[in-house]
Amino acid sequence: MAAGARTHMSIEPRAPTLSWNPLHDVGQVLEYHFMLNALAAGALVAVPAGLIGWLMVLRRETFAGHTLALMAFPGAAAAALAGVPAALGYFAFCAFGGVTIARLPAAGARAWGSEPASIGSAQALALGLGFLFVSLYGGVLGDLESLLFGNLLGVSDGQVIVLALVAVAVVAVLAVISRPLLFASVDPEVAVSRGVPVELLTGAFLLLLGLAVAATSEVTGPLLVFALLVMPAASAQAITNRPAPSLLLSVAIGLAVVWLGLAAAYFSVYPPGFFIGAISFAGYLLARLIAAAGGRADPGAGLRPETLA
Amino acid sequence: MLGQEFMRNALLAGSFIALACGVCGWFVVMRGQVFAGDALSHVAFPGALAAAAAGIDARIGLFAATIAAGAGIGLLARGRVGLRAAGGPAGGLGPADDAAIGVAFTFILALGVFFLTRFSLGSQGSAGIEAARTLFGSIFGLGGGEARLAAILALAVMAALALIARPLLFASVAPEVAAARGVPTRLLDIALLILVGAIAAEASQAIGALLALGLLTAPAAAAQRLVRSPAGGIALAAGLALAAVWAGLVLAYLVPAIPPSSAIVGCAVAIHALAGVLG
Repeated sequence: MAAGARTHMSIEPRAPTLSWNPLHDVGQVLEYHFMLNALAAGALVAVPAGLIGWLMVLRRETFAGHTLALMAFPGAAAAALAGVPAALGYFAFCAFGGVTIARLPAAGARAWGSEPASIGSAQALALGLGFLFVSLYGGVLGDLESLLFGNLLGVSDGQVIVLALVAVAVVAVLAVISRPLLFASVDPEVAVSRGVPVELLTGAFLLLLGLAVAATSEVTGPLLVFALLVMPAASAQAITNRPAPSLLLSVAIGLAVVWLGLAAAYFSVYPPGFFIGAISFAGYLLARLIAAAGGRADPGAGLRPETLA
Repeated sequence: MLGQEFMRNALLAGSFIALACGVCGWFVVMRGQVFAGDALSHVAFPGALAAAAAGIDARIGLFAATIAAGAGIGLLARGRVGLRAAGGPAGGLGPADDAAIGVAFTFILALGVFFLTRFSLGSQGSAGIEAARTLFGSIFGLGGGEARLAAILALAVMAALALIARPLLFASVAPEVAAARGVPTRLLDIALLILVGAIAAEASQAIGALLALGLLTAPAAAAQRLVRSPAGGIALAAGLALAAVWAGLVLAYLVPAIPPSSAIVGCAVAIHALAGVLG
């Protein structure tokens, strides 16, 4: 038993410890190729997540974002079952989910809470399918954990390239549609009357959201995507309501959170998702404190069409 | 099929959980609080794992976490319940309650990962099984005592909801008028979320913290599509949830490759989709 435990210890890939020398610690973090890959992947997902998440919080589509994030789980499970790369499953399911949510019947006069309930049903169905796929695959429980909460060691060179392509594509499309999208998000009625294609923009936004979420879930796992998607954005909107600085702040917070979280996970047995989530939450609390100190008791309330001019 | 002990337990627990989910879910959907219900059911996961890491009964952690989260969301929300549904998806200008819910439950899920790792350091392999049980449920694994306890708790939730149903309905449909007439609307908000928390913890034992939302909201949303009146809608929601659980259990029994949780949620979503076509 003791010998077994020792063998187990010796195949541990690493046992780094924090020193009092920050330069040495940074050097340790940057020593291994997998860590460089993880940091690159973290940055490549944090930038689009910071931008898209900011718009998502503004549009109050947090629940749709959460549901899209969970689509990554059946995506990965289906990919494992079919024997194709997990990333393919992530992106296919999340993009499909985005298009599906955009096409769900909107809330009408017939039922009060119809739209969120439809999204909830889509989410439940996706998760039920994911569990079915995992069961059919043979239910490898160790994999379930990394499927849901991400895996620091799992980022390959190929994935970094894919994430880079996705990040460039998402940011580029967002840059092209940002002005009409912002207009349509803040004041949909006026936007419609001025001939802005609001429905098309909503569909495009949800598709971009699906892609950003799929990319993010490769780093944090589907359950903790919000650590990079919602928290930096909500923090930034609490601090300032001017769009450009707020967007930049959202990206900056996301980058800081993902790098700090990955570095902390490197020195610890706990997975990166925990650190990214906890650091992000600390940042959010700090932002709310800053907002309260600045006299903005109602963060997010100040974002009005006239400030977007 | 009914000769099997595990099937009888599953039917007993599943039926009462379904009834309570349908009734609670009707209020959740009507008030536009689906996201809050979703967050409450996910919170069951860290609760159960924290209890497992501490070496106490997982159910204590489940209920403590979901009820505390229900009270927390109720206290933090700013009495804007219902306006979300009325205002449409892209209201955009109000205080971002949904972002606050997202922030809070993501942090709690991150804590769940922490407890999962902590628990798995001390136990060989059982952590993964416990995590899977909590996330996806194990209705076929319930013992006789557990099933009876689940039934009693579900009945208690329904009894409590029956007590507050009339003022809650009033407060949901016309919050300002209700507040002016002295109805304690804020207290009712919190009470409903605590009850939803309790039933989410119940449901997560049967079909899992990730899937409980399906049973809570899909039958209720289907009922609201088909029937406008509150009494009829609540009864239909409970009936549809019961139908989803029974159909799911039978399906999972006949086709062993399908896990019961997936089958139940699949049936609930199918009912919702069908109601969308019919309604």
